[in-house]
Amino acid sequence: MSPYLTSLQAIITREALRFIQQRGRFIAALVRPLVWLLVFAAGFRAAIGLSITPPYQTYIQYETYIVPGLCGMIMLFNGMQSSLSLVYDREMGSMRLLLTSPLPRWWLLFSKLLASTAISILQVYAFLIIADLYGIRWPTLGYLTVLPALILAGLMLGALGLALSSFIKQLENFAGVMNFVIFPMFFLSSALYPLWKMAESSELLHDICAWNPFTHAVELIRFALHASANPTATAATLLATIIFLGLAFWGYDPARGLIRRKG
Amino acid sequence: MTGLRVQDLSFAYGPKQALDAVSFTVEQGAFCALLGPNGAGKSTLFSLLTRLFTTPDGSIEIAGHDLAKAPGKALAEIGVVFQQQTLDLDLTVHRNLKYFAALHGLSGRAADAKILESLEKLDMAERANEKVRALNGGHRRRTEIARALIHGPSVLLLDEPTVGLDAASRAAIVDHVHSLAQDGLTVLWATHLTDEIRKQDQLVILHQGRILANDTAQKITGPNPLTDVFLDLTGATA
Repeated sequence: MSPYLTSLQAIITREALRFIQQRGRFIAALVRPLVWLLVFAAGFRAAIGLSITPPYQTYIQYETYIVPGLCGMIMLFNGMQSSLSLVYDREMGSMRLLLTSPLPRWWLLFSKLLASTAISILQVYAFLIIADLYGIRWPTLGYLTVLPALILAGLMLGALGLALSSFIKQLENFAGVMNFVIFPMFFLSSALYPLWKMAESSELLHDICAWNPFTHAVELIRFALHASANPTATAATLLATIIFLGLAFWGYDPARGLIRRKG
Repeated sequence: MTGLRVQDLSFAYGPKQALDAVSFTVEQGAFCALLGPNGAGKSTLFSLLTRLFTTPDGSIEIAGHDLAKAPGKALAEIGVVFQQQTLDLDLTVHRNLKYFAALHGLSGRAADAKILESLEKLDMAERANEKVRALNGGHRRRTEIARALIHGPSVLLLDEPTVGLDAASRAAIVDHVHSLAQDGLTVLWATHLTDEIRKQDQLVILHQGRILANDTAQKITGPNPLTDVFLDLTGATA
């Protein structure tokens, strides 16, 4: 096997083993969207009226509307979780081990990204199974067509996490990521309410949501779950992935001296 | 061919100069102790040697490969033991080593054979299936040294590898690494502990980012104890 594939396999296996060992992380990853689905959605259902907008061809329940957004939420939190674990690895030293491999640094980071994306996809499918048991179902083909959408959305959010981890100097600074990245990205998106609904209250907020790459990731997943394509969302998510990846690779460039410790 | 050549290497953290025109050479199969007090620039030097970060000032050559021009080839010749432990505590010794082997492109039986060989060198083969969490500090360090040898490097870099170990474990690890140098491995051993250095070792004394002495320990110290010479050179008191 090529050294590239060997290292990729090892990095994915290691992340998977870590994930299996941290059962609490898996449960937390599922509980968060389930609380939104089972508790918040029940309350919001009466308050938010939904019109028929693509990809929907009929009136839908609010619970059905928010499931793609909650899939995005799982991936967003997983991306930030892996970013947190990268900062932790850097502080604890194991990141050094990875970065001193003779393989190109971009490949090692990309392998990390693929590993984190694979784990978030597993979480999303587990959530979709629970949603199915709760009665929220999609066309059978949708469970398959959503996979490429999840890969792209996962790569984008993972790349964002990777880029952030290269700029966060200490673990303690991570709380700021919650306040300034996760919450704005999630709430200023189409995850919880359609954008036309947002436009009714504020055009500015609507425009911010429309520019938010997380909105496009959610719409990509929403359309894919209905076995249909959304070229705008696909292009926007792809573009954001490329930008975030570029930032991450730049952030981890050895010339920037990311891992600096005075000896 | 020299094992390691460092030429006019300088590095600054903003306005603070961490390394100032550092130059030294370690011949193949030599044990070189890099001795310096805390804050001397040892860890900065190690970060540059392992390309965790780079500098435009100066050059590093590892087993004949320029680290800036051919980083892949140069890094493939290095085995590193960092000051901080970098083992996954919840994985077995073997799985930790397998992960590292894969980062160097080794897999399957070839990797297993190399892992066994390097564990045997460090008398750790019987602990291959133990979780790292169950090992004592000395055994964890030996595991890290074994891991650094899997891919057959020609240069072994160790950054204060005995920190936090008891006297017996420290002595055992110092002995092990000296024997690796006798087998032909080039060793750069950073430390601030003078009792880890033997008279015949090459000794580079680093202080405030500059090299104060570079010769065999015997020539640098003459008839005097190394601790006294070191404290004199660095202007510290015992």
